Parts: sequence; C-alpha cells; structure tokens
Amino acid sequence: MTKVVVAMSGGVDSSVAAALLKEQGYDVIGMMLRLWSEPGKEESNRCCTPDSMAQARRVAARLDIPFYVIDAKDVFHKTVVQYFLDGYARGETPNPCLICNRQIRWTFLLDHALALGADFMATGHYVRKQTVEGGHQLLRAVDRSKDQAYVLHVLNQEKLARALFPIGDYPKPEIRAIAEKFGLPTASRKDSQDLCFLAGEDYRNFLKRNAAEMLQPGEILTRDGRSVGEHTGLANYTIGQRKGLGLASLVPLYVLGKDSATNSLIVGTQEELGSQQLTARDVNWLSGETPSEPFRAEVKIRYTAKEAEALVIPVEGNQVQVRFDAPQRDITSGQAAVFFQDAIMLGGGIIL
Amino acid sequence: MIYLDYSATTPVDPRVVAAMTPYFSESFGNPSSVHRYGQVAEAAVDSAREQVASILNCSADEIIFTSCGSESDNLAVRGAAYAMREKTGAKWILASRAEHPAVTKTLSHLEKYEGFLVEWLDVDSSGMITPEIVSKALCENTAIVSVMYANNEIGTINPIKELAEICSANNILFHTDAVQAAAYLSLDVQSLGVELMSLGAHKFYGPKGVGALYVRKGTPLISHLTGGGQEFSLRAGTQNVPYIVGFAEALKLTNEERAQRVTHVKPLRDQLIGTVLETIPDSQLTGSLESRLPHHASFAFKDVDGNLLLTLLDAAGFACSSGSACKTGNPEPSEVMNAIGLSRDWGLGSLRVTLGIHTTPADVDSFLKVLPEVVEKARKLR
Repeated sequence: MTKVVVAMSGGVDSSVAAALLKEQGYDVIGMMLRLWSEPGKEESNRCCTPDSMAQARRVAARLDIPFYVIDAKDVFHKTVVQYFLDGYARGETPNPCLICNRQIRWTFLLDHALALGADFMATGHYVRKQTVEGGHQLLRAVDRSKDQAYVLHVLNQEKLARALFPIGDYPKPEIRAIAEKFGLPTASRKDSQDLCFLAGEDYRNFLKRNAAEMLQPGEILTRDGRSVGEHTGLANYTIGQRKGLGLASLVPLYVLGKDSATNSLIVGTQEELGSQQLTARDVNWLSGETPSEPFRAEVKIRYTAKEAEALVIPVEGNQVQVRFDAPQRDITSGQAAVFFQDAIMLGGGIIL
Repeated sequence: MIYLDYSATTPVDPRVVAAMTPYFSESFGNPSSVHRYGQVAEAAVDSAREQVASILNCSADEIIFTSCGSESDNLAVRGAAYAMREKTGAKWILASRAEHPAVTKTLSHLEKYEGFLVEWLDVDSSGMITPEIVSKALCENTAIVSVMYANNEIGTINPIKELAEICSANNILFHTDAVQAAAYLSLDVQSLGVELMSLGAHKFYGPKGVGALYVRKGTPLISHLTGGGQEFSLRAGTQNVPYIVGFAEALKLTNEERAQRVTHVKPLRDQLIGTVLETIPDSQLTGSLESRLPHHASFAFKDVDGNLLLTLLDAAGFACSSGSACKTGNPEPSEVMNAIGLSRDWGLGSLRVTLGIHTTPADVDSFLKVLPEVVEKARKLR
C-alpha cells in the first residue's frame, strides 16, 4: 500500500487532508512538529500548542492512523527564527513562513517522513499539484480566496514529486462539510498572518526581547535627504506604514524605505509610495529551469496582495526584474514576489 | 506489530479475565453489605487477600488493596511520613534519585507543602543504592527510607534485604516500590525484611487499575484516602472486587510460573543485549549487567533522539520505550539518565526493550535485524 505522512495541526484542513487520503486507500501516518517557542510561551504558539497537539491526536485516533510528534525546536530556532532576526537586522521585512516551508516542512519533516518509509508527504495547504509530461506543476487552489501557493513557491521538482495536496481541489465550505461527514473537528485556526512563534504578540515586542541591540534610534529622512524626525529602530517600521511615525507635516507621510547603511528611515507622500518595478534575488523556478526569455505573468508581492500584471525579466545572478503595468504600493524588501501564469505557479524570489 | 514493552504494561492473562468475570454482573455485591450479596463479594476479597498474603509470606491483614502501584506508593510514603512525625517527630525522608515519579513527586510534595525534609540518595553508575550509601545518610531524625526493588527504566535490582536490615537496626521504616520487580523476583517480605512494599497488577499480566500495599503489622501508617472503614481503615472506598480478584489470580499465576518465565525471557534478553552492543556503534547498556531484571534490556545510543527512535521503531512494527519518551515531542533526559551520570548526548538517546511471556525468538531476531539501521536513520536525521 502506498504510504503517506500527513503533516497535521489539529485544524480542519489537515484533518480533512488525512481523512481524504485514508478514504482513497492510502496507508496514512499523522505527524506533527514541535516547533520552537519563547520559553514560557509554549501555550500560545499558534502551530503547536498542547491543545492543538491533543486535537491532532484525537483526529488521528478517530481516523485510526498512527500519530507521532517530532521535535524540531532546535532546527526551527536555528533556521527560521534566526532568518527572521537576520532579516530585520538587514533592514528587511522577512517572511519566515517561506523558510519554514522550505527548510522545516519540506526538508526536515519530509526527511522524517521518508525515513518512516513514506512514499509521499501531504499537507493541508490550499494548492494543487499537477503532473504533466516533463514534471510536476504547482497550481493555485480551486478556492482562490484560500490559495496558499505563495508560501510554497520554494518547492522544487524533487519535493513536488513527493507532495500531495488533497484539499486544494475543494472550496473551503466543502472542506467543512467533509469534516462533518467524517466526524472531525470543524474549527479552523483563525486565519492570521501572525507568526507561530510570536504567540499572538506584535513582532516588535519579540524583537525587543530577543534582539534589542538591533533597535537603534536614527534619523527619519525624506527622499531628498531632509531630516524630519527620529525613529526608534528600523525594524519597528514596515513599508507603507503611516500611523505611529509621530511626524507633523502638511500631508500624511508614509514609510517608503529603509537605509540600513545609515540607519535611516525614508518617508514620503502617498504619491511617492508606488513603484513600477522591483528586483528579486534567490529566485526559485519550480520547473527547475530558468526561463531564457522575459515573460508576462501575474505577480504577487506579499501573501495577501492582489496579483498584478507584469513583465518578468530573468537577469544574471539568479535574479529577476519585474516591471509592473501599473505602479504598486508597498513593495517590501524581504517579502517574496511570486509569478503565476493562469493557475500555474512558476516560481518566485525575495524582493531586494 | 511486535510488542517489546512489557515493563510499561502486559496483556491480561485470559485465566485472570476468567477469574474476574463473575464479579462484574453475577456476584456484584458490595463487600461491606450485610446481606448475602455482600457476603459473597466479601468472601472473594478475603480469598484474594489470603492468596496474596501467602505469596508474600505474611498475614492477610497486612495486605491493603489500592487502585494502582502509584497509589500504593502514595499511601506508603505519605502515610508513614505523617505517622512517624506524629510518633517520634522525625521528618527526614531518604530516597534514591532513581525512584519512580510516584515516589519522587510525592516526596517533593511532602517537602513543599508539609514541611518534611528529603535527602536524595545518589545512585552508583549502574543505578544502584548500596548499603553503604544508606548507612552514611541515616541520622536519628530519619523517618523513612524508600528505595525501589528494581528500576523501571534501567532494570537495576537493589539489595533490598541489606538495605532493610540497616534501617531496621536503626528503627527506621523501609519502603520498597516493587511494582517492576513483582513479575520476576521473590516477594517474600520476611526474607526481604521490609515494612512497606508497593505492587501493581498490570505489570504481571493482571488488569490495570488495581494495586496493593504490604504493611507490616505494627507499622505506623495514616490513611490519606478517608471515608468508610474499608481495608482496615487505611484506604476508604468500596473495594473493586473483580479487579482485586484479578490481582490475586495474576499474582498466583506469576508465582507458580515464575521460574519458567525467567527461563523463557532471560536467554532472549541476553542475546538482545549482546547483539545490540556488538552491532551498534556508540551504544552502551544502561544499568547493571548482573543485578538486573531478567526481561529487561536498556541502552543509550549517542547522538540519537530517543523519541524519534521510538517513532521509527513503531513505524517499523516494534513497540518499545525510552527514558526520554514524550508524546509531545519535547524530550528531556529522564531523572534516571541524569542520576546514573549520562551526559545529554547519551541521555536523550535511551531505549528500553522489555520482553514477556509472548515474546518469541523470532521476535527478537527480527528486532535485532532492524534496530541497527533504525539507529543509523535516527542519527542521520539529527
């Protein structure tokens, strides 16, 4: 029988993923990762509280599948939390979920799944996989409002070959109905962009506790170099932010960028906020091959952003230039820009 | 699946189930009742008590039935601590660092909330408490000494007779947790010389949810489960008649078949230990080689996550246990691993393999075939 490990969270999506695979005749094993939490905050880690672990264990019992929890605290801290801190230290706004998907879920956990003898690993992500001549493609979910392809642009052919995404073919309401049919819990984790290890808190508090040294006050400058105030540390601000700058001016001022070399925060008017192009580094192509020609694509510049039409131009050094048809607000260094053609996810990179 | 975790629990012997069955719906009376229903139930409990007493070489009124081994430990340690303080004012309790949590947590509780003082005795590198260790630690203010008969994690058997002698010579109560020992070692309390001894049925093919405490006549003990006068007013609550019957039947069978059970498991266990140490690099036996439960093998593997090892073994079809096992993926080396002086890189990689009456040579062979590659896999995943 084909063996598949399902990465479970106790929530409705991964529970239904497990139930569907079991129904399809797979030999299903449930697994969950124990991730890193700040000491004393283990109860609030969004991904692996004792509660969600107990929930996943109940689901596994209900489906009559084995269930194991794997310790990933050290590796999570070393890769994901460190990436998060390093990103802010460089003046970026990092997205640690990307590195978590690449290094933790689809490397660390996948290695454990394969060691258990699994042929595949499945998750409760709203995406689809399609196998065509010459390889595997990652497709957006049928339910576009739930689509999670953005965080999975880090996959490659080798990992895709092992991946199953059982729920990407269903709209969310149908997932709830299936959960009910199997007698599974139907509550889903509140959709939230909060990072699991922030324990529901503002990331600024986390930085204050864990990397206070990076929060050096500095000057707030306009594009033309005029000093208009003082900031409390670059990491405390995000691109496009308007509130909390504490600046008196005739028109609202927005955070346009950060200059970590001079530790200054660049602000400007709403008109200055948009930009028609970006450069992305460390680009991953899901097909495994870098396109030889510029191509048109829909580009998404953060998890919640709407896709925008653009021309994507592969350039030297594993980078791309993206030229949008219309100016885009809040292009943020450290977030990913990912490229779609219709439903197909082509790849993505980190915005410079 | 191959079950190699008999120290965690054992399957109930069908003969035990048969002995218990009439006492659920047929002879269901409350032993405290005056009428015939009650008399029948009471007779069953009395017979069970006599049966257990004859195996322990004591009188029936020295046996207190409880709900489990942990409850027996609680009654022994708490009950004796309170009683000794009342009687003599002594409030020091000595216990091994390698005791089961049923003892260690109870003592910590007595220390924190009741003003008792606990001295934790260091074990030697095999996990043993020697007579010298106890001699050195005794003082006139010592109320109780508690040392387990055999250790659950590493199988080490303590010299209970010698330890009890020292205590008795100093008029100090001696308690032993014999939960792990009962399946294989003599439980003759006269020869052991203990005042208090805890037992639990599910370690010797009896049901979960029933235990017993031996209390030598004249031992001061204060009840901590108060209510009706059951169990000589030392443990209130309607007796769990079918389970008490099951306890006695399981112990009887264990006593009758002890020699042949030892003959069955010991060679398999020896083969297991020998082969593991030969075939797996950076491995060691934990506990003592000589003074060891005959069904018990325990190892430490360097640079292995013990929890992951259990997961991989389970997926490969083998049910084992570990001194760092934790279902929530948050492993820490156990107190026992720390007590025998294992460093963290060894202590996290512990594995306990315990055999039983249903273990076959083929089971052990197939386990030994799989274990080296599983350990290798676990090391690679670190």
